[in-house]
Parts: sequence; structure tokens; C-alpha cells
Amino acid sequence: MDLAARVKEIYEGYNSSIRVVEFINKVSKRLSERGIKAINIMDFCGTHEWTIVHYGLRSLMPKEVSLVAGPGCPICITPGLYVDYMVKLSFEGFKILTYGDAYKLPGTTNSRVKSLYQAKALGGEVEVVYSFIDVIRIARENSLKNYVFFSVGFETTMPAVAIPLYSNAVPRNIMVFTAHRYTPPVMKYLFDEVREVNLSGVIAPGHVSTIIGSSAWSFIPRDYKVTAVVAGFEPVDVLAAVLIVLKQLLVNRPALVNEYARVVKPEGNTYALRAMNEVFERVDSYWRGIGVIKESGAVFKDKYREYDAASQLGLKDSAVVEDVAPGCRCSEVVLGLSKPTDCPLFMAACTPENPVGPCMVGSEGTCRIWAENPPLLTDVELDHSILRKR
Amino acid sequence: MMYMCLGVPARVLNVESKGGLSIAKVSIGGIVKEVINASSEPIAPGDYVIVHAGMAISKIDEGEVEAIFKIWGEVEKVIESS
Ligand code: SF4
Ligand code: SF4
Repeated sequence: MDLAARVKEIYEGYNSSIRVVEFINKVSKRLSERGIKAINIMDFCGTHEWTIVHYGLRSLMPKEVSLVAGPGCPICITPGLYVDYMVKLSFEGFKILTYGDAYKLPGTTNSRVKSLYQAKALGGEVEVVYSFIDVIRIARENSLKNYVFFSVGFETTMPAVAIPLYSNAVPRNIMVFTAHRYTPPVMKYLFDEVREVNLSGVIAPGHVSTIIGSSAWSFIPRDYKVTAVVAGFEPVDVLAAVLIVLKQLLVNRPALVNEYARVVKPEGNTYALRAMNEVFERVDSYWRGIGVIKESGAVFKDKYREYDAASQLGLKDSAVVEDVAPGCRCSEVVLGLSKPTDCPLFMAACTPENPVGPCMVGSEGTCRIWAENPPLLTDVELDHSILRKR
Repeated sequence: MMYMCLGVPARVLNVESKGGLSIAKVSIGGIVKEVINASSEPIAPGDYVIVHAGMAISKIDEGEVEAIFKIWGEVEKVIESS
């Protein structure tokens, strides 16, 4: 096959996927003959979960293999307190700009205005942008207006603000409120504090790894004796990742494997990392529904304080807030302890139009993904209410 | 709406410096967009990149496309020999 045909096969092909599924079944049969019968593989990233649900990959797994969705949606874990702060500023002469994903994110449970979306409906100044370049453009066009960019996301969105700040390309009428979180610390937290998940493998986030490098995950096989596979987002990539985990189990050798080498390098994106390290420093930070995780948050270094909405406007970070709605099981969903369908509110009180918890908001939230792609699962009974709603 | 977390392959049309930033004009399935060039490797018209949250974060390395085919080969061997 020539290169173009191979690229086409990865992005559009089904033949390879079928072959990988055959292999998965073979290897898992071998493993089960050896007594290894419960294999939990965590797909960390929301985009992987989307691929899995959308293409019904869970239904292709042998009964020994469970794919467990992880904490990989940055919107789900963004503290409600931050939303309250942004809502308040939107009525105080600042225009809040943010990614579409954060628009309907609920604030704390006792706040009157529930989200930026509601704030806008009530006259608050809010606008959704696609990227930080749009923010720069908007602020240049209206130099008398003050803007606050609500910057959420993992390592993939951090360079979007870090590079322009580092390059001195950000107009003075923009401040940034950072809700950024680093992903390796939450993976460590899962292994250290949430033993119940009991993982045999991890599918590490592909695009996060583009920035931080595949080597950022080397602690998983080294310290926890679990295989980690950095994978792309096509169905065949995810299936290949599962196969690699099974193969390493078979030879009893936990390893770090980069399946997504066409995009991810071991050292990551050194340019973006340099800008991030220049602009941000790490602090212990609160993850909504989970708790405080060591050195997992990115805040501005002193040098960039003029652009830092938190220090300029006195927005103090705090973990002691009520931001999990009564009945919502999001905190269990993001840790892989519950499935959306275990939540009594799923598709009843909680829907993508009217989200109760944060996992129903972001396009990568596990509940949202399950809601929009009723999963073709063998291990979950399809709830009739879902079918009726469609 | 474009979601912040979506990373998509795009073709580079040109790269230029604008307002102190390196900006790449890319085509995402025919839609032309200006994004921050955040790639650590030089990129040029005709290259493919992954675009994520308004940035080109990585060049797609065509040589490495074969990596996944190599991995399958290894898996096949292990299965046969175990
Ligand atoms: S369905 Fe809604 S209420 Fe239930 S866990 Fe998910 S986000 Fe929370
Ligand atoms: S930030 Fe990137 S790696 Fe993380 S969930 Fe979103 S797409 Fe996946």
C-alpha cells in the first residue's frame, strides 16, 4: 500500500478495525485461559470516549474487557465558583469571552444565575469565541472595552494564551482568568487514592500528549506497573490501544507505547512547553466533584500579573464550595466509578438542553456523550426514556 | 459550533507573522481559518497539522503513519509465539 492509501485506511478504513477486533478477541481468550478475566482499561480523554460511544466500540469488546471513561473533560471538573465569578463580572462592565463548552456550565448550587448562558439572557455581557485569537481580535477592535477571557482546559488549551502572552502580543484591555489543569497529577491521584477503579491499562490523551510529550506518562508503567498507550482518535487507534494493553498483559510487561507517533513526540511540543513554563506555575488546585489535587492547577507567574484576572480583580480560589447538584453522580462518573446510566437523573431531570451536572455540559462530558449517542452496549440496558426522546 | 477539545487535521496554506505572532492559514476540510502556529517544528504550505483550540499544535509526521502498522505486526508475532 502506498502512503496515501495507508493514511486513508487509518482515517476511513474499516478493514483494519475488523482485524484489530479479531486480535483483541484472540488475546483476551488467551488471557482468560490464564485466569486474567477482568480487564479494566481507562480511556482518560473525552474525545476517546466520544469515539468509543459513537462507533459503539464497547459492544465489540469481549466480556472480559471493560472500557472505563476517565476524567478527561476539562469542563466537567472546572469549579462552579469560577463560573459564579465570571457571571458576576459580566454584570459589572466586563465582557466575558469563553469557549462554547463553558457557556452552559453551572455555577455553584446556591448561585441565582446558573450559568454564563443565563447571565447573557439576563443582560450580562458574554460572548462565545472559538479561540484566543478571536479574543485578541475583538479586544483590538474595541480598545476602550475591558475583556476577561475565561480560559478553561487541560494542557491543550494552555498554549493558546501562553504563546501570545510570551510573545507580547496581547492587548492591555484583556485579562485572563485561568481555570487550567494539568492531567498527569489527576492520573496519579486515580492510582493513589481511587484504588477501586483497579486499572489494567490506560489510554492516555492524544492531544494533551502532543503538548506534554508521550514521556510524561512514563510514571504509569514505572510506578504502577500498568501499561499506558498514547492513542489517536480514530476508531482503529482506540482499538489498537486496547490491543496493545492486552498484548502487554500477555507478555506480562507493563509499558508505555506511543500509538499516535504520527502526531505525538516523546518530548512533546517544546515550543508550547517553553511558553507555558514561562507564563504559568503549578499550584494545588480543586477539581470539581473530585477534590484538591497536588500541583494540578496553572496560575500566572508574577511577571504576568497585569493580565491575571484573579490577582487584578481579587478572585480568590477556594475549594470549599457547593458545586455538585443534589443527586448528580458526576464525581463518580469522572473517576470511572459510575456510568451515566447509573445516575437516576440521566435523561430525566438532566439533559443536554437542561444540564444538572457539569458532565452533561461540555461536548466531552461523559454524560453528554452518552446522551447524544445512545450507546449500542451489551452491558447497559438501553433506557426507554432515551429512545422516546430521540 | 467548534468545540474546544476537538483536534482536527488541516492542510497549511501559508504561514506569516502578524501582530507579533506566527499565524498559519489552514484549510480544515475546505474551511479556511487563521490559527496560531504553535508547532515546535517549522511548517510550510502543503504540510498537514493538527488544529486544536485555534492553534496548530503539531505537524503530522507522514513517516510515522506506519507506526500503527508496525505495532500490529509485533502483536501478531506475540500471539503466535505465546
Ligand atoms: S446525568 Fe447529569 S446529574 Fe447525572 S451524573 Fe451526569 S451530569 Fe450529573
Ligand atoms: S483536552 Fe484534548 S486530550 Fe483532553 S479531553 Fe479534550 S481533546 Fe481529549
